[in-house]
Amino acid sequence: MKAAEFRYERPESLAEALALLEDTDLDATPLAGGQSLVPMMNFRLAMPGMLVDLSELDDLKGISEDGGGVRIGAMTRYVDLAGSDLIARRAPLIAMALPYIAHAAIRNRGTIGGSVALADPAAEMPALLLALDATITVQSSAGSKTHGAADFFLGMYETALEDGELVTAITIPAPAPHRRFAFYELARRHGDYAMAGVAVSATGAVGAGCTDFRVAYFSVADRPVRATAAEAALDGKAPMDGAEAAVAALGEIPFAGDLNAGIATKLHLSGVVLKRALERL
Amino acid sequence: MQETRTISLSVNGEPSTIAVPVRQNLVDFLRDTLGLTGSHVGCEHGVCGACTLEVNGAMVRGCLMLAVQADGAEVITVEGLADSGRGADLRQAFIDRNALQCGFCTPGMLASALEYVERGGSSERSAIREHLSGNYCRCTGYQSVVDAVCDVIDGRAQS
Repeated sequence: MKAAEFRYERPESLAEALALLEDTDLDATPLAGGQSLVPMMNFRLAMPGMLVDLSELDDLKGISEDGGGVRIGAMTRYVDLAGSDLIARRAPLIAMALPYIAHAAIRNRGTIGGSVALADPAAEMPALLLALDATITVQSSAGSKTHGAADFFLGMYETALEDGELVTAITIPAPAPHRRFAFYELARRHGDYAMAGVAVSATGAVGAGCTDFRVAYFSVADRPVRATAAEAALDGKAPMDGAEAAVAALGEIPFAGDLNAGIATKLHLSGVVLKRALERL
Repeated sequence: MQETRTISLSVNGEPSTIAVPVRQNLVDFLRDTLGLTGSHVGCEHGVCGACTLEVNGAMVRGCLMLAVQADGAEVITVEGLADSGRGADLRQAFIDRNALQCGFCTPGMLASALEYVERGGSSERSAIREHLSGNYCRCTGYQSVVDAVCDVIDGRAQS
């Protein structure tokens, strides 16, 4: 199918974009990379009255150091994250996961901010940000504010974004010394949405006990979720030593089924991906 | 009345300035307005890869980009690749290896494979499969497509 009609604007400044996004009567919707919004419009699942194309807003693009961590502009494309030394050094979890985020041609257009604002429960990026304790900066004509990832993703396609607000940046804190990361997902076809996936981070030397586990799942519930009981089961142990107990604690997750798998399958797959991620930690 | 906007772009090296409906996808503009029917329209939601084409040096989905977003861009379709000779070895390898049957996926498959080859992708079959995972083929079972890409990578390494 083809998209329904809409008004198209391509502002040249952030201020202009934010002013346009205040038009709630027309359901003014930001267009970032378009790799989720355009298919939704082609299916007419989304029919915004106005598209605000952000492609001219160079201020929203780019990756920079931020106090030992890294700041990523919302309009930074996946392909640019994949080519970034700074991401590889400061946010290795993102570098690990990027090859699994859609397909090359999609990564050439898709943006981190678009994925964050959409909050697809099956998408990798929201869970990665949860595992990394990242913050999300949003801006409106009234000013800017920041949200922790845990407070931002509120449900299926639901976020803390209010009318007129735009995601402008994602900030990932500096990793602690000996911070380690792993990522694993199961998908029917490489690059498709996962049936279940997990991002894990923990602090500890290789082969030793680890602490401060963060286990963040995607595509198992209506939003990215941390498995806090599993994290507690892993605490202080070498990753594989705590694996069985962690898997046994996954019942805490508020699983939701989808077209791929029901709740029982999601629970089973969550155990599989956790063990495989812990093997790689 | 549907909203239109005038865009200037280069398609296969030919500049044009033309009014497009803002709701029109890039691949529909290329096919319906410019008559370049080499890029195919399959699923229209970014899954099948049949519409993959090059915009500003990067392969993208022609169904997930609006024509109006190509304002100022350089677009290369499978016709442009044929005219310039770029990727001629890849096309020949597809023929030699029977890497197509009905041919519907081929323009997008060539575009994705060419990006992989030109970026120095390895001839490891699993890596090729991973890169081409965004392009569906319902005829070949992919073996012959991977064979063709391997041939080109090996051939270019030797020349």
